[in-house]
Amino acid sequence: MIGNIITASVFASMIRLATPYLFAALGETLGQRSGVLNLGLDGMMLMGAFFAFYAVFITGSLILGLIAAIIVGGLMGLAMAFISVTLKAEQGISGIGIFLFGLGMSELLFQQWIGTPTTVSGIPDVYIPILSDIPVIGHIFFNHNILVYVAFALVPIMTLVLNKTNFGLMVRAVGQNPEAADAMGVSVTKVRYTTLIIGGILAGLAGASLSIAQINVFQQNLTAGQGFIAVALVYFGGWKPRGVMLGALLFSFVNALQLQISVVGVNIPSEFSAMAPYIITLLALVFASKSREKPDALTKPFERG
Amino acid sequence: MSIRKRPNIFRGINVERLLDLIPILIALFAAFIVASFLLIALDANPITAFSAMFEGAFGSQNATAETLVKATPILFVAIGITIAFRGGVINIGGEGQMIAGALGAITVTLMIGESLNWLVIPLALFAGFIAGGIYGGIAGFLKAYFDVNEILSTIMLNQIAVQLMNFLLNGPLLDPESGGFNNIPKTARISEVAQLPRLAIFDFFSRTRLHYGLIIAIIIAIIIYVLLWRTTIGYRIRAVGLNQRASRYAGINVERQIVLSMFLAGGMAGLAGAVQVLGLNYRLQTDGSPAGFTANAGFNGIVAALFGGLNPLGAIPASTFFGALLVGAQKMQREVGVPASMITAINGLIVVFVVSSQIFILRRTRRRVGEAIGQMDDNHTEKLKEGEN
Repeated sequence: MIGNIITASVFASMIRLATPYLFAALGETLGQRSGVLNLGLDGMMLMGAFFAFYAVFITGSLILGLIAAIIVGGLMGLAMAFISVTLKAEQGISGIGIFLFGLGMSELLFQQWIGTPTTVSGIPDVYIPILSDIPVIGHIFFNHNILVYVAFALVPIMTLVLNKTNFGLMVRAVGQNPEAADAMGVSVTKVRYTTLIIGGILAGLAGASLSIAQINVFQQNLTAGQGFIAVALVYFGGWKPRGVMLGALLFSFVNALQLQISVVGVNIPSEFSAMAPYIITLLALVFASKSREKPDALTKPFERG
Repeated sequence: MSIRKRPNIFRGINVERLLDLIPILIALFAAFIVASFLLIALDANPITAFSAMFEGAFGSQNATAETLVKATPILFVAIGITIAFRGGVINIGGEGQMIAGALGAITVTLMIGESLNWLVIPLALFAGFIAGGIYGGIAGFLKAYFDVNEILSTIMLNQIAVQLMNFLLNGPLLDPESGGFNNIPKTARISEVAQLPRLAIFDFFSRTRLHYGLIIAIIIAIIIYVLLWRTTIGYRIRAVGLNQRASRYAGINVERQIVLSMFLAGGMAGLAGAVQVLGLNYRLQTDGSPAGFTANAGFNGIVAALFGGLNPLGAIPASTFFGALLVGAQKMQREVGVPASMITAINGLIVVFVVSSQIFILRRTRRRVGEAIGQMDDNHTEKLKEGEN
């Protein structure tokens, strides 16, 4: 029974499902470490997903799809930076505004420019000689599209950037104590603009990893709240890239399990297994809320003396 | 010359409050401009589109009634969001709390049946209030005692509520007459005594779907206005919203106020769900999608609350405005072929514009409040130090 449910395929889809969460949540980690809560993540993902899909739909070029997602995501990040850093707007609510904008705009453009549900041929899985052929292991780890590997590679990269580079030091300083950072000559505004634009780009890629790599369609509210889960994963992961990755893997494992349960036909109402990831996230938030990495200046706009 | 101080009944309407309107007007203007450009970009004439929207929202008795029908749940949610905001809590859980309220109301209604005659209506409304309140209270409790970010917890609770509703509508609450065949998951129809009457003013609005839920919402808006600005309960909630530290020094149990604001906020959204069941559909039904029952009223309520200047009375015109946008957009879609989803995007922009233009009044207020609180803090710290010695 258990053997029917927990198969190699479940682990393989765990890895695959974790990809959009990783992109979005790692970008969010960077933004939050600099002191800005970007709640509009889901809207940015939707816009990235739509424009990536649209570019591929029109041109057939996957590269152009990725570029479109990067540009749109970056622009959304820039907008969030302008709103929350320059205009010092309340971050939680302006994020909801960005989300609603992305939700409505992506649907509007989809209906206007495409109209009917269509599929595109998305980014293919990479065949890695030898590795992909290893039984079980190869199936789980080495049979994915390139974005999956990029997302996981970002985990150590983000850790290095945050902890070992000058830029990372500035990000952390601005997030912990913007007044002190400002006094040391660090431009709080510049740092936060940078982290939010990078966060937007990664959110755009997260959307693209759904619409042109994972499911290869676009539809209304394609992300179904994955961006919000990604924000929760940052809290869950204690603002550390590795923790975020563990959270993303746990969450997508539960998701993959839930999909498998509905396939195998275990006698659990499907609603309960669909509910499970959210209950787990909620519980995780209860236990993970006290991390020493939590940026002190999170959600606080910086105002010079 | 001495100026006699007049008792100011409408303390809410003074110069300070009028200044609060500035960001709202800026937001409205900016959204209008952006919407026009968007329409032009989509090859539609903005003037034709806007007049189609107006026509669709207010062009006939039925159109106006539909606008108010849409506005009713938004108003309830907006009142709740306003309470939470004033209490320093950001409640994104309107969707889930609405569902909880609807489930509470339908369960009580179906259990009671016709046995209590018209008494079933107040009981069902109360059940909706309590169910929504408890659901909101969970997020308040988690924030107050476990430091869980309420934005995230309410978003999780929204998803959980949708699944819970889908489960109940496909199982225990499933309409026995649907014979197990249910493309549209729904409960049994409620008995006639439990239905909120249609609202007809003489001949006006007769034969429309407008129901007494609107009147209840307006009365509740007034009650909550009084509660927030005329009672100690409201004073405590707002004090916590303005400055938690100072409130704690003043002896207010901050945690309890946070739970209370979220309970009341959830209760209002619960009422929104309850009146949808009792006044509009006469049953609880959904299409299985997350917004299948709520039609996004839980999110639109946030926009309306901000647009209403975070004042329950301001929420009345604000909700009507958003009801009109939603109903008018459908007409616009038919007439000029621009998808109604444009309204979601515009709503998002309005939120962004309202909170962004707040900077113009916030600086002034924050400085003043900050100074006052700074003094309070100093006084209390000294007192506390004396107490310790």
